[in-house]
Amino acid sequence: MSTEPLLRVDGLHAHHGAVRALDGVSLAVPARGMCAVLGANGAGKTTLLRTLTGLHPATSGRVLLDGEDLTRLPAERVITRGLAHVPEGGGVIVELTVEENLRLGALWRSSRRDTATMDEVMDLFPPLAERRHRAAGTLSGGERQMLAIGRALMARPRVLLLDEPSLGLAPLVTQRILTLLRDLRDNTGLTVVLVEQNAAGALSVTDHGFVLNRGRVVTEGTSADLLADDRTRHAYLGF
Amino acid sequence: MTHFVNLTLNGLASGAAYAALALSLVIIYQATRLVNFAQPALALISVYTAYTVTQLTGSYWLGFAAALVAGPVAGALVERVVIRPIARASELNAVIVTLGLLLVVQGAVGMVWGNEQHALGYAFSYVGRFSPADAFALASVAAVAGLLFALYRFTPLGLRMRAAAFHPEAARLSGVSVGLMLTVGWGVAAFIGALAGMLAGPPFISPNAFDAVFVFGITAAVVGGLDSPFGALLGGMLMGLAMSYVSGYAGPEVATLAALAVVVLVLSVRPDGILSRPTARKV
Repeated sequence: MSTEPLLRVDGLHAHHGAVRALDGVSLAVPARGMCAVLGANGAGKTTLLRTLTGLHPATSGRVLLDGEDLTRLPAERVITRGLAHVPEGGGVIVELTVEENLRLGALWRSSRRDTATMDEVMDLFPPLAERRHRAAGTLSGGERQMLAIGRALMARPRVLLLDEPSLGLAPLVTQRILTLLRDLRDNTGLTVVLVEQNAAGALSVTDHGFVLNRGRVVTEGTSADLLADDRTRHAYLGF
Repeated sequence: MTHFVNLTLNGLASGAAYAALALSLVIIYQATRLVNFAQPALALISVYTAYTVTQLTGSYWLGFAAALVAGPVAGALVERVVIRPIARASELNAVIVTLGLLLVVQGAVGMVWGNEQHALGYAFSYVGRFSPADAFALASVAAVAGLLFALYRFTPLGLRMRAAAFHPEAARLSGVSVGLMLTVGWGVAAFIGALAGMLAGPPFISPNAFDAVFVFGITAAVVGGLDSPFGALLGGMLMGLAMSYVSGYAGPEVATLAALAVVVLVLSVRPDGILSRPTARKV
């Protein structure tokens, strides 16, 4: 990576009470990059994303997006800088309709309806277009994940963070969503950071991977290398 | 038969005030899962402001307008200054704090304006069956309920407020300032509470003027379903009608008893209230 990365994390620390959840995480994601953050349960993956977008306070360290320091920015401002976060389980608001969920994603940009972006998202996820006026609570797991991603895209972010989009989904649906994310990166130049327990699936669509263990980055490399490296696979990824 | 019609019309008119009060409770409950026992305190501040302004200017309507301004301002202040700092503590804490706030405001109102009753007139004549005052009560509550529905359903602010109430974290990630939405919600609730106060308070106001009305209002909210605005309206009307029939046919002394009977009846059939959606347990 010769050019300045779009998203840079420098020595990030975070705690849950007295427990250290992030112990100096540093990573860099180039523009148009697509990378995976892997690791076992409790490795700090979710805390890392939550700290990046201000949902969890950082104890020390820095988060830089295109050179701008976002570390102390409250969560509702982070999205305005171009960093979108699809939380674990999607965070779809089940009481609102599909369309309202999507509109919500674009509200910070303007109170006017952004029909152009809405149409793009609907094209990307045809099941959402069919269920436009239904309550989001009636969607299947895969459709909810699509809606969550769609809502994040409505904000027209530069970097999209996803927390286990494969959670609870059938392998085929997972594959479809991961492929779609890669196509999105290829076609729109979106930068994607994918947190996954499903290491094989995540490494198959990303170009770079970071392995987290006990709040530290223990290994990083190209996704192909990580897939080929038996030691890392056995030690941290469990396959 | 005329007796029945009269009782029905009376019941609907007094039900309007209960419905407004219930609605103000539901708005806050939806957003924060807090039953706001300070609601009568906010209504007190509103009607005493109206009383003072009316005394000074001689105009009922200026007083009425002042009440509708003072209520939301007081509501927003209470949220920011009193409720916000304890929002992270247990829900019971907040309930106790709102109860305490009610006592403090009642005491303060007594110190400023005195504990005796003050006369605060109606906008319209209240004599006769379905008086102009009754019609005004029904119409104003209907108008406010309609506006509220439009606000929540059709405006960007309403969408933000709903998102903040249903799923604060997802709302924040979408760029919604949840704290601001809570303050606005308290303001809106206190606006409706101020209207309820102006309908239920007169002809006489005193620091304890809303105690009984509040009991009926909270009963209406519980009966209708604490997280359903439509339930609050329905519950308010039901309470108004029930009280009116009971005091008309059986005597006013058993009316309060009837309120409790309604609660027991409704909640034994629908434990979450009439219009409340059954909630799936989160695992």
